[in-house]
Amino acid sequence: MLLTLLAATGFALLRIRNLFAVVMLAGVYSLLSAGLFTVMDAVDVAFTEAAVGAGISTVLFLGALALCGHHESKPGHTPLLPLFVVCLTGAALVYGTMDMPGFGEASNPVHHHVADHYLEESYGEIGIPNVVTSVLASYRGYDTMGETTVVFAAAVGVMILLVGGARARRARGGGEEG
Amino acid sequence: MREEIIVRVGAKVLAPFIIMFALYVHFHGDYSPGGGFQAGVILAAAFALLALVYGLEEVQRVLPPWFVRGCAALGVVIFAGVGVVTMLLGHNYLAYNALAPDPTHPEHGQHYGILLVELGVLVTVFGVMATVFYLFAGRKGQAP
Repeated sequence: MLLTLLAATGFALLRIRNLFAVVMLAGVYSLLSAGLFTVMDAVDVAFTEAAVGAGISTVLFLGALALCGHHESKPGHTPLLPLFVVCLTGAALVYGTMDMPGFGEASNPVHHHVADHYLEESYGEIGIPNVVTSVLASYRGYDTMGETTVVFAAAVGVMILLVGGARARRARGGGEEG
Repeated sequence: MREEIIVRVGAKVLAPFIIMFALYVHFHGDYSPGGGFQAGVILAAAFALLALVYGLEEVQRVLPPWFVRGCAALGVVIFAGVGVVTMLLGHNYLAYNALAPDPTHPEHGQHYGILLVELGVLVTVFGVMATVFYLFAGRKGQAP
């Protein structure tokens, strides 16, 4: 049911040329994905998807729309070549999933590396019930620190692109503040 | 949107609860879904809501751009600093057992360590989201 809604939203996203509606639909799409993650018991992921995908990025898209107008112009080329590439990639991906073990099977390798240890021992070693948090912040603390640094680097990148551009325009005497 | 009284009052009523919820998500991340990342995003969303309704200038009077930029860097410093502190206490980098007040229960230190590094994540994510939002919303439209 959720997957059908997701597919319908995705198709609508492709067809609609009014970017305002597209942004709203993208938010709906994120919310549906969050619902899907919840159904699959990945509550932490669902939470993040709802907060980031449906919350902040909708606002950022709206901010971008205010800058660039909200109508998408028609593409100037035929869609056949992109369609071919997409079908080829999709077929390759589907072919790849054939070798994957069945979803949720107990004998899958992902359940037998360190996952057992995390699930059984983490309460004794870390002392907090939410295994996701103890893996994220303690067992994989280095990864999370790297992730935080990446988020910071992203902000630095955006600042360089947007603030730097404005300053350069002003330096050239390009009129109003950018 | 700035003249609609329902939107203005609604945003004003909702914002404190959203901020409260962000703090709850952070401090309760040990027991329920959520953590620093989600909390930071929710916190930034609260201010984005206020900025959308009341205008960017009003929000920037409370949270100036230099402050949120500082937050983005400060969070990384908090996270890395926890690692340095555990090293100074004679353990490995980011080995939170060093933070335990009672050495017979080293797992208590994990609790403090996780809360602190998640605080670092929260501060960074909040700062980054707010900075990006300010930059996008602060640009004057050059649209055709």
